[in-house]
Amino acid sequence: METTSESIHSETIGMERKEIKESIIEIVSDSGEGAQKCGQSLGIISAKMGNGVWTVEIIPSEIRPPARSREGASGIRVRMGTDKITNMGGHADMVVALNEQVLYGRIKQQAYKPGTYLLIENKWATHTEETKEAYEQSIKEFTELGYNIIEIPMEKECLKHVSDARKGKNMWVLGLLSNIYDRDLKLAEEQIKAIFSKKGEEIIQNNLDLLHAGYEYAKDNLPMHFSIPTKKRQGDYVVMNGNEALSLGVMSAGIEVCSMYPITPATSATHAMAAALENAGGIIHQAEDEIAAIGFAVGASFGGKTAVTITSGPGIALKTEFIGLAVMAEIPLVIIDVQRGGPSTGLPTKVEQGDLLAVLYGAAGDAPKIVLAPSTIEECFHYIILARKIAETFRSPVFVLTDANLATGVQPFPRPKVNPEWFPGPLDQSKWKEGLRAYDWDPNTGISKRPIPGQKGGMYTLTGLAHDEESHVAYQPDVNQRGAESRSRKLAALGNTLKPPEIHGDEKGDLLLVGWGSTRGAIEEAVDMARKNGAKVSSIHLRFLSPMEPGIKEIFKNFKKVMTVEINYSDTVGQPLITEDNRRYAQLAWYLRAQTLIDVDCYSNVYGQPMSPIRILERIEQELGQTLMD
Amino acid sequence: MISIKPDFCDLSFANDELLGIEDYESSKARWCSGCGAHTILHNVQQLCRDEQLPPEKTVFVSGIGCSSRFPHYMKTYGFHGLHGRALPVAGGIKFRRPDLNVFVITGDGDCCSIGAGHWVHAIRYNMKMVVLLFDNSIYGLTKKQTSPTSPLGIHTNTHPRGSVLPPIHPIQSTLGFSNVSFVAQTVDWKPAHLYATLKKAYDHPGLAFVRIVQRCPIWMKDSYEPVVKDPNAITLLQHENGIVIDSKATQKFHNLKEHDPSDLIKARELVETTKDTTPIGLFYQNKEATRYDEYGAHNMGISAEDKTEAINTLMDKYAI
Repeated sequence: METTSESIHSETIGMERKEIKESIIEIVSDSGEGAQKCGQSLGIISAKMGNGVWTVEIIPSEIRPPARSREGASGIRVRMGTDKITNMGGHADMVVALNEQVLYGRIKQQAYKPGTYLLIENKWATHTEETKEAYEQSIKEFTELGYNIIEIPMEKECLKHVSDARKGKNMWVLGLLSNIYDRDLKLAEEQIKAIFSKKGEEIIQNNLDLLHAGYEYAKDNLPMHFSIPTKKRQGDYVVMNGNEALSLGVMSAGIEVCSMYPITPATSATHAMAAALENAGGIIHQAEDEIAAIGFAVGASFGGKTAVTITSGPGIALKTEFIGLAVMAEIPLVIIDVQRGGPSTGLPTKVEQGDLLAVLYGAAGDAPKIVLAPSTIEECFHYIILARKIAETFRSPVFVLTDANLATGVQPFPRPKVNPEWFPGPLDQSKWKEGLRAYDWDPNTGISKRPIPGQKGGMYTLTGLAHDEESHVAYQPDVNQRGAESRSRKLAALGNTLKPPEIHGDEKGDLLLVGWGSTRGAIEEAVDMARKNGAKVSSIHLRFLSPMEPGIKEIFKNFKKVMTVEINYSDTVGQPLITEDNRRYAQLAWYLRAQTLIDVDCYSNVYGQPMSPIRILERIEQELGQTLMD
Repeated sequence: MISIKPDFCDLSFANDELLGIEDYESSKARWCSGCGAHTILHNVQQLCRDEQLPPEKTVFVSGIGCSSRFPHYMKTYGFHGLHGRALPVAGGIKFRRPDLNVFVITGDGDCCSIGAGHWVHAIRYNMKMVVLLFDNSIYGLTKKQTSPTSPLGIHTNTHPRGSVLPPIHPIQSTLGFSNVSFVAQTVDWKPAHLYATLKKAYDHPGLAFVRIVQRCPIWMKDSYEPVVKDPNAITLLQHENGIVIDSKATQKFHNLKEHDPSDLIKARELVETTKDTTPIGLFYQNKEATRYDEYGAHNMGISAEDKTEAINTLMDKYAI
């Protein structure tokens, strides 16, 4: 290209920027090409600029699936906007694909719509005959589907700067997207320096060159350029994903023992703090198995150092026996369950809210537990601090249920100001009050004081067997009844301290959606869209699943219909053999039906995808018989 | 005791009376009459008294089984938890509470069957604690099922035609685990040797694994009576660095064998060469083995300011 025509080109192409409120961008590639690093960086740069952001990773279950396969799609979705963003949104606006095959899975999942820009690596057009044919066929199909296809010589452009394009394409794409969306290049450069800080100057420079090259390419060759206005934030902010927030929460709760066994998607929470926790007075213990991991945490908690164990569904299954012991022996303990698809090893990298009933009821006998579910990245941080305090106050295991969507979702939130009051006080080694027994259950609250080894006169033998107030093995039936009553009453005591859930929307209406955990943003966005178009729909979001927040039944009574929205399995009436009588409900719906005796319906599915506002809106339309889409 | 008010040194211990054996006794043990666990309990209580272990700083951790009722009979802190899971719990206690004396009471089913995975790793962690394997080679609490250490061919309720697999040898196995640091064997019916073994185990700076061959008078009467009565059934391991009992007690043993407990290879060979009898004594000791509890305790007592700084430093990474 001659210099003169290039300058004319850039004048006509690059200058006009269309202002938009938000955009959904996906980067999809084969595993190992750095799509996630690219998307996370884009998210962080955007958050730093002042945009609202939410990211969702698209992960194949295999570490290295075959290249250019339809199942092998690995990538990331970045939704960014002027306002706060709370979920992954609906159809993508802009997609960068490092090969065209990986797009099929996303198309099947209805991630795109006619008009979505697909920026596709075009080196496959000149590859082997077979690849070339597949490529041409795909381009043809995508065109027919109405996508806006732009073929880009990504590899060719990258090879001008590095010898291995596979290792550099992601930062070139970051540059490309930075130009398309008018991102602050200085922040992008900082991000690259931070990512490659340990790799040396040469690597940093290569990636900076790639960033600039991608940026220039977009400026000179692409027709679409957008700006997303930012809003000025008050005070300091941080941007991180849910697992990173959990890890900072563990540190800020002053927890000294974090005991775990590697499992996706929980493990990255321990990676985030692996080095830093030791400076904050704690240690990560990687046990020999899930059972040992919780056993170790139980031991540390018995010793007075309330511990946390982090796991995912299959880990919870293994830990169940110890969870029962912790309930029976009243051991304070924080259990983080970053849920994934199930049952069994299920969908290791994908989202599901499938462990609710397992943690509520999964134990030998009646084992009442305290269960919290953060609904935002920020809550992932604060709930750990809350969980430890509740665990110690109520001498009970406390579950914190997050999921794969929260684990990898990146969102900015106000920087927490670490408060030393969040840390536990010094170990109580004072003399045990004479006459006080190890399980001196308060008749009103069921709560008893916790003797800690080292306290003179407090000696007792904790046991998982039914026991009396002195922890002696119970041989009388009334002691078992009394112990069970006390353990159960603690939940009522905690429940009495809670406030009713806030209603998003009006207090009365035709339809109330009820959610828990990571679905909050999508539910509330759907409700907002529906309300804007005149629907009488509201939502509530439960943060305490056990004990349940008070006043729920009263709230339900003000709506013609109540329906949960959750990411787990439920039968649909009308499917083969499924009737109103034998239908199996989604998990929160089961629970609410039992608690309230109200005919709570549910909308749920297990595609391994976060809930999208559009799908929820479609369901609201169906329920209300109204057209609500813009 | 001393009628001066010391302001130059701490003599507060002088005001405490010496603890007697009754200070370690809790409720009456409910084991069967003639069960070897009674003797072990008494010897452990004696050790606590002789070492003047503060009861409030001492924890007995157990799993499930006959032996695992042990903590209920001690007037110390106790943890009677889950079948097979005593070792991870004990590790969790010791990791951040180096001030506590930790004893683990486990049985042959508890340690070598359901808890075998934890056993391998507890040896490798090598935290300072005494692990007493009460090995009666039978499941007692659930009424005579085959245990992993039951002799081949023994008739049980689950194998009425005789057990079909050779037993696990707990000493042989432990000597094969990585980072092993103390392995000893004794029998419940030789109290002097039992006590000397407990003492040696307590003094060891890492995890002291002691297998106590134990009589079960209800389900294993036929197996043990001949051994208890036969003076040739036991081989006494002798060495100046081993379990030392007085010469009078030594005279009661017919089979004596010199064994240097610092030699791991010889210790492993010894298991093979003494299989016809029950060797008792110290098989192996290495005081220098890596201790995980030292790692666990290395950063204790960090100030609130330093903690806050560490958290803020990490949070800076995420700052906008």
